[in-house]
Amino acid sequence: MADDAIKTQHAVEENRYSTLNLGPTHPATHGIFQNVLTMDGKVIIRSEPTIGYIHRAFEKLSERRPFYQITPLTDRMNYCSAPINNIGWHMTVEKLIGAEIPKRVQYLRVIIMELARISDHLICNTVIAVDTGALTGFVYLFQFRELIYEIYEQICGARLTTNIGRIGGFERDFNDVAWAKLDKFLKEFPEALKEFENLVKRNRIFMDRTIGAGPIAAARALNYGFTGPNLRATGVDYDVRVMNPYSSYEDFDFIIPVGLNGDTYDRFMVRQEEMWESMKIIRQAIEKLPDGPFFSPNVPDFYLPPKEEVYNNMEALIYHFKIVMGETDVPKGEVYHCVEGGNGELGFYLISDGGRTPFRLHFRRPCFIYYQAYAEMIKGANISDAILTMSSMNVIAGELDA
Amino acid sequence: MDTTHEQIAGIIKEKFESEVLSVETPYDFLTIHFKKEKIIDLIRYLYDHPVAKFQFLTTLCGIHYPDQKQIAVMYQLHSLVNNWRIRIKIYLPEENAVTPTLTNVFAAANWMERETYDFFGIKFTGHPDLRRILNVEDMIIFPMRKEYPLEDQTREDKKDFMFGR
Amino acid sequence: MQSTQTRTTDIKLVEKPDGYEGAGFFATSLDKVVGMARKNSIWPLPFATSCCGIEFMATMGAHYDLARFGSERLSFSPRQADLLMVMGTIAKKMGPVLRQVYEQMAEPRWVLSVGACACSGGIFDTYSVLQGIDRIIPVDVYVPGCPPRPEQIINGIMKIQQLVESESRRRRDSPEYKALLNKYGIE
Repeated sequence: MADDAIKTQHAVEENRYSTLNLGPTHPATHGIFQNVLTMDGKVIIRSEPTIGYIHRAFEKLSERRPFYQITPLTDRMNYCSAPINNIGWHMTVEKLIGAEIPKRVQYLRVIIMELARISDHLICNTVIAVDTGALTGFVYLFQFRELIYEIYEQICGARLTTNIGRIGGFERDFNDVAWAKLDKFLKEFPEALKEFENLVKRNRIFMDRTIGAGPIAAARALNYGFTGPNLRATGVDYDVRVMNPYSSYEDFDFIIPVGLNGDTYDRFMVRQEEMWESMKIIRQAIEKLPDGPFFSPNVPDFYLPPKEEVYNNMEALIYHFKIVMGETDVPKGEVYHCVEGGNGELGFYLISDGGRTPFRLHFRRPCFIYYQAYAEMIKGANISDAILTMSSMNVIAGELDA
Repeated sequence: MDTTHEQIAGIIKEKFESEVLSVETPYDFLTIHFKKEKIIDLIRYLYDHPVAKFQFLTTLCGIHYPDQKQIAVMYQLHSLVNNWRIRIKIYLPEENAVTPTLTNVFAAANWMERETYDFFGIKFTGHPDLRRILNVEDMIIFPMRKEYPLEDQTREDKKDFMFGR
Repeated sequence: MQSTQTRTTDIKLVEKPDGYEGAGFFATSLDKVVGMARKNSIWPLPFATSCCGIEFMATMGAHYDLARFGSERLSFSPRQADLLMVMGTIAKKMGPVLRQVYEQMAEPRWVLSVGACACSGGIFDTYSVLQGIDRIIPVDVYVPGCPPRPEQIINGIMKIQQLVESESRRRRDSPEYKALLNKYGIE
């Protein structure tokens, strides 16, 4: 009897409902993941996501590489804010070996991480505007992302996949050009961001499109393991920088913006406000920047010695050789460290068995965890709301699949 | 072990004294090694406990220990109210890695368990949809196990001897 | 009133091909004109999968404008695209999708492989990554880099433009091209 009921249900479904494949190839911005939608006209009844189209086996790959060679891998997870991943990984290794990092390095790291956060939120917010049809913000604000890229280039040489810093600090101190560009950024960016905000924040069309699109309740979001701006948009003020402060975040004064309903408008506004807060943090860090070394002198086993010493000093030569060949001794242990990435709590669970490569490295990727809730969030919504929800959740394919 | 760790360990031992294999705090992070039978009861107990309130699942992953022929499952929970973190590890035999699912307590465990199944072959009984998530559907091996190589063995263009393998 | 000095602008127009010019007419061979028209109106299909996609977004932005090469309109439908730009890692799961997109494109079509991962698998020598898209589709220009700078991507586009300009109209029906497609199993 139950079988017949199911058969008739399917027959009804086949006649009434249509299937739309929101396939892996999206317009350039979002990344590759697939959703097969069962729709009744333009309302979504059910959706089935498929991911793994860019699975690059990071966790298996990191079992093969010495610790400093894993940094380029972490870059490619959330590639919109690569420095945060790099610095988070370096902090995990520093926790494992028990290294103490000088204050100046910590403040410089904070500056870089907040710049990366601004860079990530810029992409997400301008793309939300693009998906509602407003392309102007994208074109104007990408100029400032170019400025951020120029700042990264002065510090580490690369634009996007930065591989910034080393285990123990930075490879070189920020030079004058970097400081000049940073000042230029802090002077010109607020104006442009304000212009963008004025275009969309109280715009009738934008508000009608985004308010009520893809909402999620706070309790459900917590059960799904949401973190980051997506969780803060539902009203829960969980931010790893405040809950488990790392790299001297407790010295800075900033607020955590939260939303009310957890819909697209709230996610947009939370990211917008976080950009303002990030600029505040950068200004405070520049003001209070202490003097000191730009690397920790207590980790000779991991931090490459300066070239002049390598050519003149026997000990430095030996350290250089051992580090590059990856023959340094690492303590055994299990450590977990998390940082506040662009999308939430980015965690690194590292098990070391004393060898030159990790025994097991697991990345707690926020995108992977909160994307599960997408099917629930768009049930019963229109297809255009589903697109907006996806872009407002800032799903980065590299972090989703790893 | 400092007082909060002792308090949490005490809460667990109150009800599950016989199941706890050992309690450690590597790098100041409370880690409980637990017997695999009552793991879901333990997590539900910690979820509902009026003081502990571990209502956030940070992550769950598998770890393969080929020397002990065991595959471990690591659960990491977070109590946002008290800012307590805890790690619980259970050990399953390699040949028959089966354990009940956590999806009834945490919706977040759905895809995390699918990923662990995809990589290690651990079967989570009661999971609504246990199939591969990141790898191709018709793969027969479980790639994260230590015996399987990283590289695709059928590739012709990269010569192993040039890469030091 | 002072007379203002006329200034030549910095805008470069497309150079005209070799030909014979007279009062009100310009004579040249048809392929040169067709080549010039084709090379300045390529409609790309950005098949952006990962980090190289973000560098592509920077290339499309105002700083390194790609639209000045005629690629103002990005086509996301393969049926209307000329150039398939594969940017980012292609995993084995994605291979059939890429192949299907390539087969749906109409002749003449060109393929630009951007980034180390698309050219040869990049740093990901693993079981799940396709070691280069030329395992499944024929590629015209390879752009190395991880990710390549926007200038490099534009260099790749300019090489494609050279190919487009100098390609013979009969190439797509020639037996060598058919043999190339057969090698990949494409009809």
